[in-house]
Amino acid sequence: MSVHEQFVDDLALHALGVLEGDERVLLEKHLEECAACRRELEQLRGDMGLMALSTAGPVPPRRARQRLLDSVAREPRRAVAPAQPGWWTLVPWIATAALAVGLVAVWLQNLNLQRRVSGLQNQSAQQQAELQRAREVVSTLTATDAMRVTLVAAKNPPQPQGKAIYVRDRSSLIFLASNFQPLPPQKAYELWLIPTSGAPIPAGIFKPDAHGSATVINPPLPKGVEAKAFAITVEPESGSSAPTMPILMIGAGE
Amino acid sequence: MSGTQLKGDLTDAAVLSAIRSGDENGMAALYDRYSAIVYSVALRVLGDTGAAEDVLQEIFMQLWRSPGLFDSSRGSLGPWLSVIARHRAIDGLRKRRPETDIADVVVSVEPDMAGDAERARAMEKVRGTLGSMPSAQRQALEMAYFEGLSHSEISAKTGEPLGTIKTRIRAGLLALRKAFAA
Repeated sequence: MSVHEQFVDDLALHALGVLEGDERVLLEKHLEECAACRRELEQLRGDMGLMALSTAGPVPPRRARQRLLDSVAREPRRAVAPAQPGWWTLVPWIATAALAVGLVAVWLQNLNLQRRVSGLQNQSAQQQAELQRAREVVSTLTATDAMRVTLVAAKNPPQPQGKAIYVRDRSSLIFLASNFQPLPPQKAYELWLIPTSGAPIPAGIFKPDAHGSATVINPPLPKGVEAKAFAITVEPESGSSAPTMPILMIGAGE
Repeated sequence: MSGTQLKGDLTDAAVLSAIRSGDENGMAALYDRYSAIVYSVALRVLGDTGAAEDVLQEIFMQLWRSPGLFDSSRGSLGPWLSVIARHRAIDGLRKRRPETDIADVVVSVEPDMAGDAERARAMEKVRGTLGSMPSAQRQALEMAYFEGLSHSEISAKTGEPLGTIKTRIRAGLLALRKAFAA
C-alpha cells in the first residue's frame, strides 16, 4: 500500500473527525480518487476503535439495560418481511433497475474506452513524429544525391575516411564512408566489427559511388557484442567470413 | 428465535442475525456484550453519566431500527460501535448535529472482541501501549480523541507546532495498530 506522503498526518486527523477547513476539503477530494488512502483511513478508524478500549471500566447503570429493552419492545420490528406481493409485480422494477445499471456500466465502459483511445492516439502521433524524424535521418544518410563533404586540414588532399556509429545494446550500426578509392570489378570493401574477444565479425559489404561515398545501415550482427574496434578490408564482391589482409583502415572506439 | 434466551458465546454475526430477524433477545445479547465499551467511551468524552447513557440508548436503538447499518464488511462490531459512540459523544459535546453518517463508517480492525476474555486482553494491550507512549504524544492523541479538538486547537493549548501535533496523533494511532499486529 502506498499512502500519499502529503496526506498521511491529515488522514489520522480526518479519521478522528477533527480535520478542518481547506485541509479537509483537499483530503476529501483526494480520497475520492485514491483507494490506498481510503484503505488507510479505514485502518486508522480501526485504530480509533482500539483507542476506545482504554476507557473501558465504567459500566452503564442497571436501569439502562431495561430502558433499552423497553424501548425495543415499544418498537417491535417485523420479524420477517411483510407479506410480499407476487414476485411478478417486482419485474418492472427489477427490469428498470437492471436497465439503469446496464446503462451506467455501458456509459462507464464507453468513457474508459474513450480515454484509452485518446491516449493511444497521442501515443501514435508521437511515434509517427519520431518515425518521420528517423526516416529523414536515414534518407539523408543514404541519399544518392547527398553532398558528402569531409573537412580536413587545409592543404591536405582528401583522405579516405570512415565513421562507424555503433549501439551495442541494440546491435545497431551506421557506417559512413567518404573519399574511398574505386575498386576493381568483383571486389568490394568489407567492414569488420572487432570484438573485445574472438574473431572479427563481418559488418557489411559496400562499394563507394563515383564520389567515393558509401553507407552501411544496420547490417545483421549478433546481439550485444562489445566492439573493440572497426576495420575495413578488400574482399570478393560476395564478402568473406574472415578478413583478408591487409587491413586498409582501422579505428578503435572513443 | 424470539423468546429464547441467547447464549453469551454466540458470534457477533449470530447476534446480528437475531436482531435482523426482529428478536429482542438479540438486542439484549448485544447490549450485554458491548454496552460497557459504548458507555465508557461516551462517558469519557462527555463526562456526564446521563448524557453518556443517552448516547448508549441512541446507538443501540439505531441499530435495532436499522440493523443493516452494520455488516461484517464494515469491520468488527465492537470497534465499530465504539467509533460510532465516540463520534456521537463528540457531536453532543460540541452541541452539533450528528456529522457522521453511521452507514459511512467503515472500521478495518483485526481483534475480535466478542468474548469477555478477548475484550479484556485487548483492553490490557491498549492501556499498556498508551502507558508506554511519551506523555506529549499520549496527551495529543487523547485531546483529539476524547475532546474532539482539532490540531490547531491542541497546538494553541499546548504551544506545540501544528505539524508536531499532527505527527504525534498519527504516530499514536499507528502505535496501537502495531501493538495488535505483533
